[in-house]
Amino acid sequence: MRKLLLLSTTILVGLVFLARLFYLQVYHGASYSILEDTAIRKEYNYPKRGYVYDRNGKLLVANQPSYDVMVIPREIEPLDSLEIREFCDLLGIDVDTYEEKLQKAINYSPRLPSPFVPQLSKEDYAVLQEVMWKYEGFYIQKRSMRAYQTNIGANVLGDLGEVGQRDINRDSYYKMGDLIGKQGIEKSYEKTLRGTKGINFIQKDRFNKNIGPYKNGLYDTLPKPGKDITITIDSELQAYGELLMKHKRGGIVALEPSSGEILAMVTGPSYNPNLLVGRERNKNFSRLFRDTINMPTYDRGLQAQYPPGSPFKVINALIALQEGVVDTNDRFSCRMGYYYGSRKLTGCHHHKSPVNMNQGISQSCNAYFVNVYRRIIEKYDDAGDGVNVWANHAKSFGLGDFLNNDLPVGRPGRIPDGDYYDRAYGDDRWASTYIVSNAIGQGEVEATPIQLANMAAAIGNRGYYYTPHIIKDIEGDTIPSKFKLPKYTSIDKEHFEPVIQGMFDVYNEGTASTLRIPGIDICGKTGTAENFIKIDGVKTQLTDHSIFVAFAPKDNPTIAIAVFVENGYWGSRFAGKMASLMIEKYIKGETTRKDLEKWIFTHSLENEYAKPYSGEPFKINGETQLQVIENYATID
Amino acid sequence: MYRENQRRFQFDWIIILLYVLLVAFGYLNILSASHVGEITNYFDTSQLYGKQLIFMGLSLILIILILSLEAKFYERFASIIYLIAILALLGLFIFGKEINGARSWYGIGSMTIQPSEFAKFATALAVAKYISDIQTNMKTLKDQLRVAAIIVIPALLILLQNDAGSTIVYLAFFFVFYREGLQQVYLVVALSLIFLAVLSLKLGVTITVLIAAAVLLSRYLLRRKKRSSVLQYILVLLLAIGFSFGVKLFYQHVLKPHQQNRISLWLRLEKDPIKLEKMKKAEAYNLIQSEQAISSGGITGKGFLQGTRTTGKFVPEQETDYIFSTVGEEWGFLGSSFVVILFVALIIRILYLAEAQKSQFSRVYGYGVASIFFLHFTINIGMVMGLIPTVGIPLPFFSYGGSGLWGFTILLFIFVKLDSNKINEW
Repeated sequence: MRKLLLLSTTILVGLVFLARLFYLQVYHGASYSILEDTAIRKEYNYPKRGYVYDRNGKLLVANQPSYDVMVIPREIEPLDSLEIREFCDLLGIDVDTYEEKLQKAINYSPRLPSPFVPQLSKEDYAVLQEVMWKYEGFYIQKRSMRAYQTNIGANVLGDLGEVGQRDINRDSYYKMGDLIGKQGIEKSYEKTLRGTKGINFIQKDRFNKNIGPYKNGLYDTLPKPGKDITITIDSELQAYGELLMKHKRGGIVALEPSSGEILAMVTGPSYNPNLLVGRERNKNFSRLFRDTINMPTYDRGLQAQYPPGSPFKVINALIALQEGVVDTNDRFSCRMGYYYGSRKLTGCHHHKSPVNMNQGISQSCNAYFVNVYRRIIEKYDDAGDGVNVWANHAKSFGLGDFLNNDLPVGRPGRIPDGDYYDRAYGDDRWASTYIVSNAIGQGEVEATPIQLANMAAAIGNRGYYYTPHIIKDIEGDTIPSKFKLPKYTSIDKEHFEPVIQGMFDVYNEGTASTLRIPGIDICGKTGTAENFIKIDGVKTQLTDHSIFVAFAPKDNPTIAIAVFVENGYWGSRFAGKMASLMIEKYIKGETTRKDLEKWIFTHSLENEYAKPYSGEPFKINGETQLQVIENYATID
Repeated sequence: MYRENQRRFQFDWIIILLYVLLVAFGYLNILSASHVGEITNYFDTSQLYGKQLIFMGLSLILIILILSLEAKFYERFASIIYLIAILALLGLFIFGKEINGARSWYGIGSMTIQPSEFAKFATALAVAKYISDIQTNMKTLKDQLRVAAIIVIPALLILLQNDAGSTIVYLAFFFVFYREGLQQVYLVVALSLIFLAVLSLKLGVTITVLIAAAVLLSRYLLRRKKRSSVLQYILVLLLAIGFSFGVKLFYQHVLKPHQQNRISLWLRLEKDPIKLEKMKKAEAYNLIQSEQAISSGGITGKGFLQGTRTTGKFVPEQETDYIFSTVGEEWGFLGSSFVVILFVALIIRILYLAEAQKSQFSRVYGYGVASIFFLHFTINIGMVMGLIPTVGIPLPFFSYGGSGLWGFTILLFIFVKLDSNKINEW
């Protein structure tokens, strides 16, 4: 026994050590990666971020150098109060801020560099650079930031911001302090624009000092510059659209039907993209994002999901023809509305009666479309089947679901199907008369302006569309093939002509007859959508939204457009005028109807938007005298 | 005649092979841990790796010298060698040179010599000599006290020079005494005391005392036949209570703050996260760095001279006490396991040969050698891997240093010589 004590203890200790080694080296340290080695400093070389051009080759976004004052707290030589004040003057901050920023840097890490005063102006940099040697522990780091060559398209171009922890967790490419696209194309084409960082691996010692390149730079990489991109936006049209949208809230989306390219994507109110660059970025960012009343960062062209109103009637006309439930010559009478028995299901405005399809569209007759819609649904024994058939046709126009485009935000819209109503009313406890609002684009149907513009493009193309997209060209690369493939609707080509004729007559003799453009055949459809909000928990109706959907020219259209103006009274009052001006501007390159243009520039809806917040009772829809802006400016 | 000669020089080649492997592998790691930039000259004596080569060369001379002396020399001169070692330790109080707060070195020109490294084999010889004396009986208290004095004298001198780590090594002789007849009760008491001490610190005095009382009570109740008096049990319990309090007081008032922190970190006594962070920053830097270095080696390691933490000198004292972290980083699990196995093999081989000795002197000395290697191996690698609190003692043959290498070489090769002579004894 006595002989075995040391022997067995030795073997035991040996086994414990082997187990510990296994735990440390095999179980814990299984994957060694040079990127995670804390003994190796990774110095990143940032590549040039790709430029952005518009469809006509105009440079929209470039880069500019920016200078950050950085600090490594542990290396600071203590300064006396006079020196601190001097330094603060140079930096343009006060002493309290200085202490505060220093404490923040110390809290982050005494050994690692933290940004102290970011994004100095060039002038400040020039002065500071001369005296920087006096302030040990501080140094100036050159970075690159965006330089916008334009004041428009903030919602299109987006912006760059520092990566958050979530970005870093999602993609290990990003490190603290890196910039990433936050909105717009900066976000959707982040990987194309950013390029790839180069890395230098440097062996450091325990005092964090560099010893030399790790393995003589064997693993070092060079930065790969980001690719330049060309976007489909026509910056002149975009600028014009933003001008028209001033003093109003809403969205405009213009597409090229033959390619699905987005020509303009306007949201109002918007802001100058330069606000989100430079030293004031944080301040401006929170000001813009916290404005919950105007919501300037909410892209109404992409996200405003509302009942489309009358433009949707066109889809119902097409479905009815495809399903063979009406003939273009079938007439329906309208007694200022549609009556089911003696019950009035929907109202209508004053026009001649009875109407055929052409007149139904051009006069936007509600009764006509309720009849047509009921025929579609009632063609099938089960109302649910009928709604499903109808919904599938409507969805083939890109409605009711995300378009799957290359924009970072969007909404799916809504095309209800049979299940939707089964859930709402109970199985087989509803019929076509329950859902006649869908006939006129009200009720459960909802769409965004970009979906409506796409719908117009599909009609203008007589039955197909290309997914709307914003990328036109990538330097040394091709754009995703999904944007090159036409998507066909479920409506046969021959059914489009009579419907398009109806949309053409909207301009000739119908609801937009005052908005004709000399020399251009436009097809369009007005829309007026009721809308409600909750004020102190009470559902309150606000002035109707003004909607307009159009394409032009009638044959081989070059532009399809949807305009949506919040609380713009009725379709032709705001949206129709703006659509007409946009089309003329795009096709002719200039506008001839200056009085019409002036009317839009001078008329504001801001009073209208203030109503729900006034706390006083207000009238809707009845206003004949609109707010007028006296001194309007066509440029900022 | 020819056969006689051959027998006389029958050295144990297994031990020698293990020694060569350990020293050579140790040198490679010292090279890694101490080089700065490109290595231009392996014999550059301004560099630690250059010096180590010289120490290794001198070791060879020492080995030849040790092996060429008569085996009987060591037994005969054990007392004198011990006396010289004690005098050398005493001399430090007058002529010693202080390095890192410990007054443990003689300075000769630019060289330094650490006598405590040589005191180990001297003490081992003295212990062997005393125990192997025909009149010594390890079962008697008188001899136990005398032999304890042999180890306490150098241990105390080293402790007074402020080298607590080296003092602990002398505990190794407990294994020798036990092998040579020390009563079982010592082992039981020693283990109980260690257990009590750890419990007192970890759980507090009250709970420890309750546990001790419960153990004693159950023993009393189970041992109905040979039951000793209740009074004895109460006495043992009182001693345990006293010891428990004593440990607590010793920890709180006698230990220096850094020693307290090391124990606190090891037993995870500190619960306040902020204080714990501070403590880790102050005390555990070495440990954290060395654990990380070892972990980063993975299975196969980063390769010789390729360890990023070793190159960056992240682990302080890496070429001395923390040399094993270099092994871990550059040679990985395979290399580290190899070192652990080499040491275990060396100790087992020495134990095996010690048991085979015909002379008691050789056997006791062999046991002393094995025990000293065992303690160094256990404490050093255990510390570097974070299994036991930080105690600064070198890893034999691996840690940089002339005195250390020579001390361990002499320690081992005296035994090789004694063993080679066993054939001539009866």
